[in-house]
Amino acid sequence: MARKLLLEHINVPGINTLEVYRQKGGYRAVEKALKTLTPDEVVEEVKKSGLRGRGGAGFPTGMKWSFLAKPEGVPRYLVCNADESEPGTFKDRYLMTYIPHALIEGMIVASYALGANTSYIYVRGEMMPQIRILEKAIAEAKAAGLLGQKILGTDYSLELYVQPGGGAYICGEETALLESLEGKRGNPRIKPPFPAIAGLYGCPTVVNNVESIAAVVPIINDGGDEYAKIGIGRSTGTKLISASGNLVKPGVYEIELGLPVEEFIYSDEYCGGIANGKRLKATVAGGSSVPILPANLTLKYANGEPRSMSYESLSEGGFATGTMLGSGGFIAFDEDQCIVRNTWNFSRFYHHESCGQCSPCREGTGWLEKILHKIEYGHGTMDDIDLLWDVQRKIEGNTICPLGDAAAWPVASAIRHFREEFEWHIKEPVKSQQQNYGIANYAVPIEKAVEVKQDNL
Amino acid sequence: MLRVEEQQPVEFSSALISQFDEIVNRYPAGRQKSALLPILHLVQAEFGWTSVPAMDKVAEYLQIQPIEVYEVASFYTMYFLEPKGKYVLEVCRTGPCCLVGAEKIMDHIEQKLGVKEGQVTEDGLFSWRGVECLAACGFGPVLQIGPEYTFYENLTEQSVDQLIDDLKNKI
Repeated sequence: MARKLLLEHINVPGINTLEVYRQKGGYRAVEKALKTLTPDEVVEEVKKSGLRGRGGAGFPTGMKWSFLAKPEGVPRYLVCNADESEPGTFKDRYLMTYIPHALIEGMIVASYALGANTSYIYVRGEMMPQIRILEKAIAEAKAAGLLGQKILGTDYSLELYVQPGGGAYICGEETALLESLEGKRGNPRIKPPFPAIAGLYGCPTVVNNVESIAAVVPIINDGGDEYAKIGIGRSTGTKLISASGNLVKPGVYEIELGLPVEEFIYSDEYCGGIANGKRLKATVAGGSSVPILPANLTLKYANGEPRSMSYESLSEGGFATGTMLGSGGFIAFDEDQCIVRNTWNFSRFYHHESCGQCSPCREGTGWLEKILHKIEYGHGTMDDIDLLWDVQRKIEGNTICPLGDAAAWPVASAIRHFREEFEWHIKEPVKSQQQNYGIANYAVPIEKAVEVKQDNL
Repeated sequence: MLRVEEQQPVEFSSALISQFDEIVNRYPAGRQKSALLPILHLVQAEFGWTSVPAMDKVAEYLQIQPIEVYEVASFYTMYFLEPKGKYVLEVCRTGPCCLVGAEKIMDHIEQKLGVKEGQVTEDGLFSWRGVECLAACGFGPVLQIGPEYTFYENLTEQSVDQLIDDLKNKI
């Protein structure tokens, strides 16, 4: 069994209460940090751990913390990003529902490290049940002296509040989130200045994902060096993977980074294989924004070496033959799924969620959706595929925030790896309305290249 | 869309106002506008939607311009700018849920309720609409019902029928 740091006690009855959470060793990290470590020492442990942002970007958390400006007399803020909306990702909901104190404990330690005395957890508005769970947990922690004035008798004070969003994917982008928290439309800000200099109310602010903040707890308990021993290379620690789609056992799994993809999909400890005895056609490994890969490239690199679940291994081969770990939203497609339809669905999502601020994204996502709809419903022409490619190229890199890239990549990768399927939709407008293209050669195993021995030549 | 002149004036109860006050206290002095999103949720839970007279009242309470409330309410998808059914069934229509049959569930709801997406049933009880990813992809298809945003996971046609019948019998 792999080591579990975040979900170790998830099945303990009553772990959502302060009492049981403490019985299982909860809030040790608060005691340790506030009573034995300086804020800078906490930051140092997080740096040593190698923890990388779990929301999708994978930026080192300790480094992000060390960029925080500390001008005299200006408040600093920690804001937790719980606006989980990336299609395929549902780990934060799971964590907040079942083990809310893990997030609250992490918030206290992280706020202490950053010198924040007021912190907010921005939860997407649709998660009202989770908001109620968190508010209850905060009240429990406050009653136990873990929040509020002079925590555990130390000089450190912290107020923690939960803020609901209003239903907008874009508010998962950190500057849009801050705008939203200020009571405005979620339009991302132009960077610089970065939030570390001018964030919430113009004050220095750190925005971290739920899972990143929860991971601070084991890092402080066991030390950054211990945490860094788990995982592989620069992908240290454990990661929550949200597995969805056509799997025998979809759900949230905590893995040690470096787990082979094949083991994750097929072993009984994890997803248990593809549902209904079907074959795997494709995967989106890190949430809807990352490139889709056919089954064979999901399991192996182009050179035949096995691929594993880590930041580096999933992106091996760049966008030509690789993808990204992203937020860990692992979506599996079986042989009956239509790539064109799914790409259209994702494009509709990005069109719906574009904030409308930048023209390439506002207009481009609409074009992508319309052209894909046309192809999916049997009215496409061959030129439309080139047009799709052209439009996505013109969005990528030309917008204030990464939503534009996120909209472009799924389309680009679908055409890159599944072009025949798009062409089939165009050549067979009637047939494509009645049946699917099927699995074609997408699951044909990639052979490991055999080294040619010089002597035999 | 209801014309603004047709929208009824609203009054906020003192209980509601004290909830607003509690929220405003979460932010630094002068940053009361931060309370706008949570307050709009409370208003919608109370009145079923965010009408123009209600938004004007919110603006007055927060000491901001009405346009600052309208632009926010129209940006975010959760605020209803027109009256809906008492129960709004919001079904996730994004990729992962579609892989496990969300489209069939939406067709079934349309048939069962006999109204198109966005419309209200004659008895005023139900509306339905497709919404984007609800972050429950592993338990799809899913739907949520406000104002509590209760979640219903792993939907089947039978479980949807049961849910709708239960809600009908609740009154």
